[in-house]
Parts: sequence; C-alpha cells; structure tokens
Amino acid sequence: MSAPPVALTRPRLQLSGIAKAYPGVVANDRIDLCVMPGEIHAVLGENGAGKSTLMKIIYGVVKPDAGTIRWDGELVTIANPGDARALGIGMVFQHFSLFESLTVGDNIALALDASEAKHGLDARISEVSARYGLAVEPRRRVHSLSAGERQRVEIVRCLLQKPRLLIMDEPTSVLTPQAVDKLFETLRRLKSEGCSILYISHKLDEIRALCERATVLRSGRVSGTCDPRTESPSSLARMMTGADLPHPRHRQTSQRGDGALLVKRLSLKADDPFGTDLVDVELAVRSGQIVGIAGVSGNGQTELLAALSGERPVDDPAAIELNGVAAGRLDAAQRRALGLAFVPEERLGRGAVPEMSLVENALLTAHRQGMTHRGFVRLDAARAYARAVIGQFQVKAAGAYAAARSLSGGNLQKFIVGREVLQGPRVLIAAQPTWGVDIGASALIRQALIDLRDEGVAVLVVSEELEELFEVCDAIAVIARGRLSPPKPTHETNVEEVGLLMSRPFGAEPRTGNAHAEPIDAP
Amino acid sequence: MEHFATLAALTLAAGTPLVFAALGELVAERSGVLNLGVEGMMLVGAVVSFIVTATTRHPWLGVAAGVTAGAAMALAFGVLTLSLMANQVASGLALSLFGVGLSAFIGLDYVSAVVEGIKPLAIPQVSDIPVVGRLLFAHSPFVYLFHTRAGLIVRAVGESPASAHAIGYSVARIRYLCVIFGGACAGLGGAYMAVAYTPLWTEGMTAGRGWIALALVVFATWKPWRALGGAYLFGGVTLAQFQAQAMGSEIPSQLLSMLPYIATIVVLTLISRDAIAIRLNAPASLGKPFHPDA
Repeated sequence: MSAPPVALTRPRLQLSGIAKAYPGVVANDRIDLCVMPGEIHAVLGENGAGKSTLMKIIYGVVKPDAGTIRWDGELVTIANPGDARALGIGMVFQHFSLFESLTVGDNIALALDASEAKHGLDARISEVSARYGLAVEPRRRVHSLSAGERQRVEIVRCLLQKPRLLIMDEPTSVLTPQAVDKLFETLRRLKSEGCSILYISHKLDEIRALCERATVLRSGRVSGTCDPRTESPSSLARMMTGADLPHPRHRQTSQRGDGALLVKRLSLKADDPFGTDLVDVELAVRSGQIVGIAGVSGNGQTELLAALSGERPVDDPAAIELNGVAAGRLDAAQRRALGLAFVPEERLGRGAVPEMSLVENALLTAHRQGMTHRGFVRLDAARAYARAVIGQFQVKAAGAYAAARSLSGGNLQKFIVGREVLQGPRVLIAAQPTWGVDIGASALIRQALIDLRDEGVAVLVVSEELEELFEVCDAIAVIARGRLSPPKPTHETNVEEVGLLMSRPFGAEPRTGNAHAEPIDAP
Repeated sequence: MEHFATLAALTLAAGTPLVFAALGELVAERSGVLNLGVEGMMLVGAVVSFIVTATTRHPWLGVAAGVTAGAAMALAFGVLTLSLMANQVASGLALSLFGVGLSAFIGLDYVSAVVEGIKPLAIPQVSDIPVVGRLLFAHSPFVYLFHTRAGLIVRAVGESPASAHAIGYSVARIRYLCVIFGGACAGLGGAYMAVAYTPLWTEGMTAGRGWIALALVVFATWKPWRALGGAYLFGGVTLAQFQAQAMGSEIPSQLLSMLPYIATIVVLTLISRDAIAIRLNAPASLGKPFHPDA
C-alpha cells in the first residue's frame, strides 16, 4: 500500500502476448494488458471469454504457453501463487479460497508468513477491518458465514499482505446494493493508497461507476480497451458480445392456469446449527405470476428452498400447498408429480451430476416424460429430450453425451432451466437462475421464465441480483433473518426500499447482539 | 489398588500399538490422504524391528529400524498416490497385502527366535511409560494438529487442497510429510508389538490391528482424543477377555477374541453419530488426488 512514487510512470503490471490453449479451446490469444499504479482496471467479458484464465496466469495458478509478464518494469516468471504473493499480488476469488471448517482467524493466519501470523494478529485484523470498513469476526467458522461475509474475510486476508495489486473476480455477485457501495468505498480507498486493482466483472453499471480503464475480452482476445466512464452500457456490451444488449419481451397474455404455490405460516428450524430458522413465512405465487424473493444468501433461502422443493418435508402438511394439494409432508418426487419443477442454486452437484452426460442428467428429473418403461430406461426418449433442450435453449455442448462438468456455467444453467421448463410444469421454483452466467445466457434464461409466466405457470425466483428481480418479477418479497416481507408489486417498490428490507428485516424484533442470528450484511 | 495399577498398565500396553498406528493414520488422513496400508506397514515395522533386535541385541536400534521401515513403506505409497496419482484405496490395499506377504517372508527364520525386549511397564505410572508418556504429553498429535501452525496447515490441506495451493502452499510436499509420518507411526506400533508387548515374532502378529486403527480414525471423527480413547478401550477389552479366558470362562475363546474389535466399533459408532461433528472434522478432500493444474 505504500507505493514508491517513482513507480508512477511505470506500469505496475504489463502483460504482452499472453497465450494459453487447452485441448479444443484457445482460452487466451495474445493478450496485452497494462495496469498502472493506483488504477482500477476493469477486465470485462462474458463467461468463457478468458478472464478467469488470464487472472489465474497472473496469480501463478496456470502457466501461460507464451507471452511475458513485467512487474514494475522487471521481467518476472510467476510459477505459483506463492511467487505472486511475494511480488505483492493478492486475489479475491469468485468462489472463495477459504477453508470451511476453520475459523476466520485461522483462515487469515494461514495466508500470512509464520512470523506475521503470530504476533498480535487479532489486533491487526481489527485494525484493517476498521480502516476499510470490513467487519469480520475472527472466532467464527467460515462455513457459518454468508457469502458477503466470506468475501470480507478474503479481502481482509489479502489486505493484511499489503498487496500492490489486488485482483477481484466478480466480487459483487453476492452483495446487497448497500454492501456494493461499501465495497467500492474500500476499493477507492485502496486505490488512493496506490494499490492497483484488477476488477473482473460482467456488470456494466459497476464498471462504469468504479473503473477508469477497461480491457474488454471476447473469445480469448482483447476486443478493445476504453475508459468505461465515457462509454454507454450498450457500447460496452457491443464490445463484449459483439451484439446489442438483449431486452426481455413481456407478452403477458394473462392466460391463467390453475398452478399455484401457497405457503402458510411456515416455521422451520434449520437443521444446520449455523443455518437460519424460518419464522412464519407467508407467500402466495399464483398462476401467471412471477414472484421474486430478494435477500443476501444465508438469510434463510437455503431452508426455504429445501422446504419448498421437498428436500426437507415439513411437519404441517398445510404449510405448503401445491396446486390445491397440501404438500408439506410430500417428498421431492411426489411434489414433482404434482407439477413442480425446481432449478436449484448449485448447478453442479444438485442441479446436475457433474460426471454424468446431459442425457443422463435429463433423465434424472424428466423421467416422467415417457423416458422409462417398466423400470427400464428408454434411452432414445432421453436422448431426444436432451437434444430438444440443447436445441431450444441454445446450449453449447459437445453433444448430448457431453459430461455436465464439461459445460461452462452459463451453458449448463441453460440446460438445467431448459430441462425443467420443457417438462411443462405448473409451478417453477428457480434459485439464483443466472448466478455467474453471462449476459447472453442470462437474457435467454430470464426470457424463458417470462414466457412460462405468460403461459400461466406460477414462477418463484429466489435471487441475490436485484437487477434481475426488477427485470422479470411481478412482485418482490425480501427474506432477511428467516422472515419474509409481504410481496410488493414491482412497479410500487424500488431498489433502495428492497435494499433496506434486506438489512432491516420485516417484523423482526430489535437486534439482540446474537452474532449467529444475523447473517445479514449490514450496510 | 496395586492390582488396579497393574491392570491400567496392562491396558495401556495392549492399546498402545493401536494408539501409534491410529494417530499416524489420523495425521495422514487429516492432510487428505487415505492410506489403507496400515496393517502392512505395522507388520513390516514389527518384523524389521524384531530382526534388528535379534541380530544386534539392541532393542532401541530395532525400534528405530521398525520406524524407518514403516516410513519407507509409506514413502512408496506416497510416490504411487501423490506423484503418480494412483488411486489411494487400491494402492493402500495393495500396500497392506504386500506388507503381510513381505513380513511373513523375511520373518521366516525368526519365528522361534527369542529376544530381550524393552520392558515398557517397569514403573506403572503413566508419565513414566517411556514412549507413551512422551507421545501424550510432549509431541502429541493433539497439540500438533490443533495448536501449531504446522497442524493448521495440515488440516487446511486436507480440507481444501485447491485453496491451500491458491494461497501458496505445496500440497504435495505437505501430504508426503504427513503420509511418511503416518507410516513411521505404524512402524512404531508394529515395533512396539514385536519388541516390547510380546517380544517375539509370529506371522500376522498384528492380528488386524492396522484395520482397527483405520476404523478408529473414522469412528473417532478424526479427533485424536477419541482415537486414543478407542485404542485404550480396545486395550482394556483385550485384557479383560484374556482374564476371562484365563479364569476358564464357559464362552468359547474365539468369541472372546472377537470382543475387543466389536466393543471398540460399537462404542465409537455410538459416540460418532453426530452428523455435524463429522462434517466439521472430516477432511473434505480425503482420498481425492490433487493436481495443481486442474
């Protein structure tokens, strides 16, 4: 953070001609990138454009096939993350590199040198926390933290190493609008202290608000550099995708079906000691309506989704009503038989089995679509179904027999959403349907949800991305500390109001000071 | 009172080989490596220590040789699974079978040999029992795993090798060290049996203790104190059934011999039903190879 003033004219980091190819795909093709001291530099691109590979090369996780890296003008080889850290490069990963079963303090200590980790670490943690407004509790175990809290731990851990270049990979996907503002303050403060920041994102508004330079990647190549403050979202999107920003079409034919999801006074103790108990959740999603649930993860979404999907049946059968049937005690398969479709948050492991092919994954939830006969699988039907999903939802895959793991996040999500949609559900529940998904795939998925609504399906979307909820939903409710606010029509509310409800829950008693009960990212 | 002290001392003696093997394996598993070769490493440790003791007449030299032999077996396992990325389960089973065969082969000429072993229980006071006392109160894996930086790193590697790599640790090196430590401990357990507990060599003399050690680690939910308790429970029941046999019990001796194994597993199963404890303590990457480039 104490950058020598002489370095001001010299780039802190300069990449020239970086190339990296994997079998079948060129991830990076002769990429040049230059980051000045104290600069917040955006790396913009869709999923699969090569951003992550490039960052992994800078951080020493991946070795480039060709190209040079200069650090403060000196030619360097970064063979492993240890080298990168020795140079002063810190990275905050999108999927976090924390140890779940260890405490926050242990996680931080692990990243420091032995001598540093010993003396007054707690004091230094609280100093950095206070200075940059990043509250962390050193004694809590990481698995009990919300995504926003985990991110703060990662940032604090990086800052304790006094980085001179901080790489932030999609940092805002897990934050409330207020927390995003707070993060930007932190980053600006770092910048004013001379730290360079590489900010990876596909969110155009954020990049325009925060960054002064941007390098745009498309299909592994630099498609342009610009000053994002002087660009419009659509001009940035064109550089990024080579096409114009898609807008969802609302038809709203109000063709009502009979599907409906009703939740009545649902209270549920979390089965994880670090989970969030649900308190008197009331919710009605009617045919031809999209209801959104906003909230920072860790506020009861996991428990609510488990109760709704049937993964965790509840004691009171009437607490959950599905198309007129009291479904509280039914399991996931029985609920699906009643016309429920479910897109879980975790694509790999819950939405799809990573090692299995798309055909087999299609079979897992869509087997009611004539794919089995007397207990035997009708492979031709499953294959036809998988191909239909791939075709209709523009899934880029090596074929119907490609392993789910081999697809990019956006393509796998399109496949999972498509698999559920083509089953012709009467109620669809989608959790984080576009998390970490590129613009093109997001637009397609959102459009699919809207089309379902227009066909008379009752749709529930649980998401952390307010932008998405405001785009597709007819009404928005907010979940915070296990309580759900009454849904408000989207045109009668706004981002600020929803953001406030996220941090000041509906109907909650005053703060008790119990740390475990508050997985909220207070602004 | 004196009788009780003797019983306690004998229990310690019967459980100690298991303590060594289980704690060594526990450290290896905490780093994410599942080595099913404990039985083989114990047997090789036992036969090597016995042969060296018999030829040199220095039991401590024998122990050192046994430890080295166990570590060497573990090193071979490490090369297979950590460098060549072979399957850990298959390699571990192979190591056990190899150890059983190898120890029988090289121990053939020593089956009836007599050696002057170590008398571990000359003074029946816990802290004076030479190796046990030191293991427990000075260099114990408890302190090591949970109160030192090195232990923290081991646990971190077992939990998420990718994260550990990302913050600059060499996963392979740490795992090698833990696996070799586990092998050395298994060798020590074997040496203890052959040189101290029953100073003689018979084929397959560990009688499945290596497998019990593996089970102990799992049922102890990777907590050293529980593994220790389980090992001495095993020791206690072993002793009790010997006494029962000696007193001419009506129960067939084969059934009595099963008792230590059954009792240990049952008790540990009962206390390890806590799903949360398992989730918090089980090394998340156990048995999964890690390749930095993936």
